Amino acid sequence: MNTPIVINVKKKRITELLANGKRVDGRAPTEYRKLDVESGVIERAEGSARVHLGKTDVIVGVKVDTGKPFPDMPDKGVLTVNAELVPLASPAFEPGPPGEQAVELARVVDRGIRESKAIDLEKLCVESGKQVFVVFIDVYVLNHDGNLIDASAIAALAALINTKMFKYTVEDGEIVKKPGYTPLPVVNHPVAVTFAKIGNKLILDTGLDEEEVMDARLTMTMDKDGHICAMQKGGGSGYFTREEILEAAKIASEKTPELRKIVVKS
Amino acid sequence: MTSKKSEKLIDKKGIRLDGRKVDEMRPVKMQVGVLPNADGSAYLEQGRNKILVGVYGPKEAHPRHIAQQDRAVIQCRYHMAPFSVDERKSPAPSRRDVELSKVIREALEPAVFLEYYPRTSIQVYIEILQADGGTRCAGITTAALALADAGIPMRDLVVACAAGKAGGKIALDLMDTEDKVGEADVPVAFMPNLNAITLLQMDGNLSVDEFTTALDMALEGCKKLYAIQKEALKSKYESIEEAK
Repeated sequence: MNTPIVINVKKKRITELLANGKRVDGRAPTEYRKLDVESGVIERAEGSARVHLGKTDVIVGVKVDTGKPFPDMPDKGVLTVNAELVPLASPAFEPGPPGEQAVELARVVDRGIRESKAIDLEKLCVESGKQVFVVFIDVYVLNHDGNLIDASAIAALAALINTKMFKYTVEDGEIVKKPGYTPLPVVNHPVAVTFAKIGNKLILDTGLDEEEVMDARLTMTMDKDGHICAMQKGGGSGYFTREEILEAAKIASEKTPELRKIVVKS
Repeated sequence: MTSKKSEKLIDKKGIRLDGRKVDEMRPVKMQVGVLPNADGSAYLEQGRNKILVGVYGPKEAHPRHIAQQDRAVIQCRYHMAPFSVDERKSPAPSRRDVELSKVIREALEPAVFLEYYPRTSIQVYIEILQADGGTRCAGITTAALALADAGIPMRDLVVACAAGKAGGKIALDLMDTEDKVGEADVPVAFMPNLNAITLLQMDGNLSVDEFTTALDMALEGCKKLYAIQKEALKSKYESIEEAK
């Protein structure tokens, strides 16, 4: 853990560089680190993907099970997202139940997938009100070097695209497996971009150094039509102005299609 | 979500289920200094929302490892009473409560001069006694009043209001049904004097233009609530004056 003094020194250096449009690792303000997406890394999971974003490393596994639908949505499958900040990923992570950082990460990823209607949940209904498929998305952070939200959202999307479900018929209310698989009905491709505000500058894809000194953070998730489907401000005691938020929306409109291309073809 | 039900949220004349126009807020009542034991407190009603906030501190931070050498920390708990919603809510914190406690804390932090009280903690307890949509925003508005009532120095009051899309139209201050059935919800917290947005979330589906309209509508709503907040603070001291 860094002391306030070290953080203040870092902040001064990073802010001075940004005033000239530069970053500690030489990137442009809205440039992402090298993004590498590998699908199907866990054979026993119905879907999986591992994402390297610079040194940030996230694996997402998708398991599909059957269960009861929510009473207010009897004809829809169930989606749940969980995130684990595994202790081996950072000296700052500790064993134990998910803390508020992990809960927020899971809920922001969840919101992007849910609100963009990325999965056609109606196709996951087996018997209305009685039995549906439940899609468990588990985000597993393996190395934390900043921007966990974007890396996790990308990994979750890649894992969903990778997910296969067994074919089945229903006999007397029971699911009977048939040979062969069908892909999970993924009908939208939400992509999250997270801005950090340092001084009065907005940057994308923060490294850990930048994340430690940022004033505030803003995530925008856009669907394939360029509509916003989720947003989350967080990270520290700073704020955004109206103009900064609208600028972020403009940059997100340009950036999300670029990232989506990398994920969807992988 | 964008089913036939959604179209009925606003009728042909642009009137909502509870008789409001699209840019109309629910009736709001605020009161300051309502809890004798707390260092600061406030109560708010917005439509059917009933929210009580108590603030303690700045005091010694517990557990000690959360203390910061150069500033105070805010410990914030957003909590819904089991009887606050139709189906009893378990009093144990849900994942939603954990997230809301975090974003509310981060919405309040920019307002408070935390650097004045190093190594201490300021506790903000938000109790939702009755919920009808927009409780995180109402919670922030109430919490800012309670912080001010506790005499904690602040850069500005924080005031929060949501706008969203329901029945195909951008509308202010969504109530529970509009939030659940409607297309999108955008909660915003704002410090009007500093032009600073300290909370921004969204779920649903909005084009960038629709979002801009919703954001501006929410900011207008915040400004109206800000006036009521200031009145509530003033009226506490006026009542002390009268009692003399």
